[in-house]
Amino acid sequence: MNILSLFILIPLLTIIAIMFTSNMKQTRLVSAVGMGIQLVLAGILVYLYLAERNAGNMDAMLFYYDAVWFPTLNIHYTIGVDGISVAMIALTSIVVFAGIFASWMVDFLYREFFISLILLASGVFGFFISLDIFTMFLFYELAVIPMYLLIGLWGSGPKEYSAMKLTLMLMAGSALLFVAILGIYFYSAPEGSQLTFNLLEIAKNHIPIEMQRFLFPFAFIGFGVLGALFPFHTWSPDGHASAPTAVSMLHAGVLMKLGGYGVFRVAIYLMPEAAHEQAWIFLILTGISVVYGAFGAVVQKDLKYINAYSSVSHCGLVLFAILMMNQTAMNGAVIQMISHGLMTALFFALIGMIYGRTHTRLINEMGGLMKVMPFLGVVYVIAGLASLGLPGLSGFVAEMTIFVGSFQHTDTFHRVLTIVAASSIVITAVYILRVVGTLLFGPIKNDHFLHLKDALWFERLSTLTLLIAIAAIGMAPLWLSNMINFSLGPIVEKINGVATVAGLF
Amino acid sequence: MTGSIPIQYFLIISTLMFFIGIYGFLTRKNLITMLMSIELILNSVNINFVTFNKYLYPQNLQGHFFTLIIIAIAAAEAAVAIAIIINIYRNFRSIDVDNVDEMKF
Amino acid sequence: MVDYTYTLLIPLIPFLLFIFIGLTGHKMKPIVSGLIGTSGLAIAAILSYITAIRYFWTDHLAETGYKSIKAFEITWLHLTDKLTINIGALIDPISVMMLIVITTVSLMVHIYSIGYMKGERGYHRFFSFLSLFSFSMLGLVLATNIFQMYIFWELVGVSSFLLIGFYYEKPSAVAASKKAFIVTRFADLGFLIGILILSFNTGTFDFQLLTSPTGPAITMPGGAAFMGMSVLTWSLIFIFMGGAGKSAMFPLHVWLPDAMEGPTPVSALIHAATMVVAGVYLVARLFPVYALGAPDALTVVAWVGGISSLFAAIIACTQTDIKRVLAYSTMSQIGYMMLALGVSGYGGHDGLGFMAGNFHLFTHAMFKALLFLGAGAIIHAVHSNDMKDMGGLRKYLPITHATFLIACITIAGIPPLSGFWSKDEIMVAAWHHNKILFSIEYLVAGLTAFYMFRLYFSIFWGKATHYHHTPHEAPYVMTIPLMVLAFGAVFAGFLPFNELVTSDGLPFEAHLDWSIAIPSVLIALLGIGGATAMYMKSNGLPDKLAGVFGNGYKWAYHKFYMDEVYLFVTKKIIFRYISQPVAWFDRHIVDGFMNLVARTVDNTSNLIKNFQSGRLQQYGYVFVSGAIALVLIFVYLWNF
Repeated sequence: MNILSLFILIPLLTIIAIMFTSNMKQTRLVSAVGMGIQLVLAGILVYLYLAERNAGNMDAMLFYYDAVWFPTLNIHYTIGVDGISVAMIALTSIVVFAGIFASWMVDFLYREFFISLILLASGVFGFFISLDIFTMFLFYELAVIPMYLLIGLWGSGPKEYSAMKLTLMLMAGSALLFVAILGIYFYSAPEGSQLTFNLLEIAKNHIPIEMQRFLFPFAFIGFGVLGALFPFHTWSPDGHASAPTAVSMLHAGVLMKLGGYGVFRVAIYLMPEAAHEQAWIFLILTGISVVYGAFGAVVQKDLKYINAYSSVSHCGLVLFAILMMNQTAMNGAVIQMISHGLMTALFFALIGMIYGRTHTRLINEMGGLMKVMPFLGVVYVIAGLASLGLPGLSGFVAEMTIFVGSFQHTDTFHRVLTIVAASSIVITAVYILRVVGTLLFGPIKNDHFLHLKDALWFERLSTLTLLIAIAAIGMAPLWLSNMINFSLGPIVEKINGVATVAGLF
Repeated sequence: MTGSIPIQYFLIISTLMFFIGIYGFLTRKNLITMLMSIELILNSVNINFVTFNKYLYPQNLQGHFFTLIIIAIAAAEAAVAIAIIINIYRNFRSIDVDNVDEMKF
Repeated sequence: MVDYTYTLLIPLIPFLLFIFIGLTGHKMKPIVSGLIGTSGLAIAAILSYITAIRYFWTDHLAETGYKSIKAFEITWLHLTDKLTINIGALIDPISVMMLIVITTVSLMVHIYSIGYMKGERGYHRFFSFLSLFSFSMLGLVLATNIFQMYIFWELVGVSSFLLIGFYYEKPSAVAASKKAFIVTRFADLGFLIGILILSFNTGTFDFQLLTSPTGPAITMPGGAAFMGMSVLTWSLIFIFMGGAGKSAMFPLHVWLPDAMEGPTPVSALIHAATMVVAGVYLVARLFPVYALGAPDALTVVAWVGGISSLFAAIIACTQTDIKRVLAYSTMSQIGYMMLALGVSGYGGHDGLGFMAGNFHLFTHAMFKALLFLGAGAIIHAVHSNDMKDMGGLRKYLPITHATFLIACITIAGIPPLSGFWSKDEIMVAAWHHNKILFSIEYLVAGLTAFYMFRLYFSIFWGKATHYHHTPHEAPYVMTIPLMVLAFGAVFAGFLPFNELVTSDGLPFEAHLDWSIAIPSVLIALLGIGGATAMYMKSNGLPDKLAGVFGNGYKWAYHKFYMDEVYLFVTKKIIFRYISQPVAWFDRHIVDGFMNLVARTVDNTSNLIKNFQSGRLQQYGYVFVSGAIALVLIFVYLWNF
């Protein structure tokens, strides 16, 4: 059995096991065990991957497996991983594991809740291991649909509105994406030979430039919607604000990363020339995302909105870095995806925990929480510091790699944009400190806060899992960065090799 | 014998029956009457089947068989329809078609 | 090459202490966490002294000139094929000097805090933050490359943030910590941009390569890149922006006075002796690049330093919060150091300013930490920061009084105390370089003496205020650090800095220039005299003088309205004129557009849904007429 298939199989088995549970305790125990196994498996995968590489296996994709499941259109179940997907899988399993513990106390339709949550996770895992773009798309949709139910049923506030908005916008993105995928499919092989959806095969073939020009915006915007590309990001604040804790965690932590990953794997990798030609438009848009999201976060009053706008800013940086199309910046983009995934999941987990106690998310109604819940307070501060890019935590590594990478372009356009994007670190500091200052510090605003309890064991487990990952990346980034760099090398070569031939930039 | 009656006669009858049926279906408010109108339409079709069978392919019997099937199905359909109508009556205390407009947007 | 690998332990010990006290501190008795922190730092201090003695004397490095030694280095992150972030330890005269300064002051502050923080909530938190700070600061000075420096630079910033906001239930402390972080963060953006430009053009982060006279930075082809200055100049100016932010240079100084909200030992350690001189250290670290590669940038440094020192000195004369006076005094003295670096040349006697700046950094650390710790003892005794609430304290606090007086004389520049020696060297360097800057510094010397003695007399002399309870001298655990630092303040001036810390590592002949020293002593005495006349006995003179300056006094008292300018920029411009419109735009325009799309779909479907009326006969009509219409079309139009 291929180890990668286990990543889809285990969630499915967990779902089946959940169906046979009879009470909440059993359900969450089964979910926790299932996702715990998944986490261990991710650890094993990282180990095996590195062992293979050390043993000198230079294949682009390891643990490759291929099976046809729809011969008429030559659709395969092709799986394989490189350093980037391994990193994303590790991220996903950490976030899902933490998410299960963050939703420990869900009691309304608990079985259905955990089933949807794990279904979503299996979609994400499937997306990251797929090499067949149709199968990839299939898993992508599998991840998006449970989101509607999760927000619509277990959400808070205007949940139907938010769920509908989120799903519709993402579906609109999918529609664009599907056009792009079909377009790629029909130009995937030279005239007369069998068409294919296999990424590696398509990459060997050269899609005509006219088609690239037409298809690239579809693919980029299609994935970009999920990656909160300005101006298609507005599902994010509403969606996050209404979603239950674990869903926000998964959504911001992992699902938004599908956007960045897809842009890089499908849009830019397969259509490098069009990417070079059109990069400037999207660079401007993502540059706006970065700064705009940060400014937007400064004046928000609801914790989840602040975090959602901050996600817009940080995910904007991911797309921004990918569009820089050099190895350093792209490496930074991948690290930023992981770092932001962990950080924002941690934030949403904490916000959920705080909300569960104070029953409000408006920062000016709270204050001095550090005194009553020191554990949550300290973790919140650390998460905040990670978000504003403190060295020793993951955010710094990602941002610095991106900025140094982006600055390798010598033309004014890229440099000015880099500096504009870099200036977001100051604004990030402003909104993070504003939240920390109002929420945690200062005098206690409401007397009933005095009786609140600090984090319980499962909340500690959930937050510490994420926190340890953040600190580990922040302190010893080299192995992660090397793992990603190794896989990026050939990809960047393809992207830019073509470009030099075409004489662009 | 059949040769003495021109085909047009049969067709005129069936056309009249058909449009009477249509008319009844569109104007009658009583569901039973509407059901009867539908029977009229079906029977007009039956006549057409038999007629054309006789005049065009006298050596074949498909038209007759079709007619028999339609009659059988019409009987079944009438049973179902009347069951529905009875149920409607139980719920609405009326079998006026104008009252039964719940199936809308 | 001599092995200095063990210097790795110097920052590592505080780091482990931070983790250990931070995680387990709440389980132990408060005093235990204090003692653990202090003893750990004592070890780091001993190691630093060993390093200093070995480097300067016993390892016989002086014969060939003091070279920088890379004691240790590992790769932390690969960025591009050329650029790699390393973490390591670089041993050279200035980093060794800084090690001494940091560990000494930090150790004294640790000991002092055991007494000062007694009974405070979060005792262990305080010590773990102190360890974090010590770790970051030591990592900063040992940095082998500019990016490591940036990493620790940020860490120092955050420890400062945490310590200023130590009393997190006090809104003013929270606001101050926020302000400090954001202002320095803004400056750090400049630093980062500077690093990006510099590293891109030189292809290295490494200090040894950058500062080598034959290295890629200095030999980089000049030529105007932008607004008539070379790329190197621009990058160095940006880098200096970071230094100016951290060192509270005008106009990025606004955070420093507010930072006094932190506990006093923190002010002594971070905002007087160590962190705020990081900017000076940064310029000193890159000094060869500044001096040989971009003299224009060095001129900027000199002028910023000069203006800041004058600006701060004027404000210091009018403030009444004793910690704020000291804060402005710190700013003013750092201005001196910047100016010294700015007017210096490279190599030999030309490098006098470099030596003088570092010398002053060293002596300043001693006497300013002493002043702050003394202020802490005073605040401890009278429970107020305001000098109006003080007076006649010399009877109650004899040790504090004596040490405070020593510090005041030192900072005023009276021989033979240390401040005189370092300040005099700066004066000489400035005199040879630029007469205007020299006269500014000359004036500042007088002002310094004046405001320090104003402070001294207002606290210890004058009318004896009635206190709620009799002020009493601090315990020994607090006064012993005062005495140690006073010893340092008196004798640090006799260290042969001209042989040890020079711009090119080679010793040079420095001698006292009496023609400059005597007038500067005189103006200091004048300042002291003025202060004595005005503040020794309470009389109406200060108010009269304030009246003479009129608006000038008012402006100085309100710190030249710099805070208001910043408030305007942050509250009005960023908050009201950018962020709020952005948020509005997002909610109403961008999101409004999405909602508009949704509503259009909704309206359209509302419009067409009426076709499905639920009326059976209506469907029938439509169906039949449709069928008839089709038949007609087929028959008559398409002639089937």
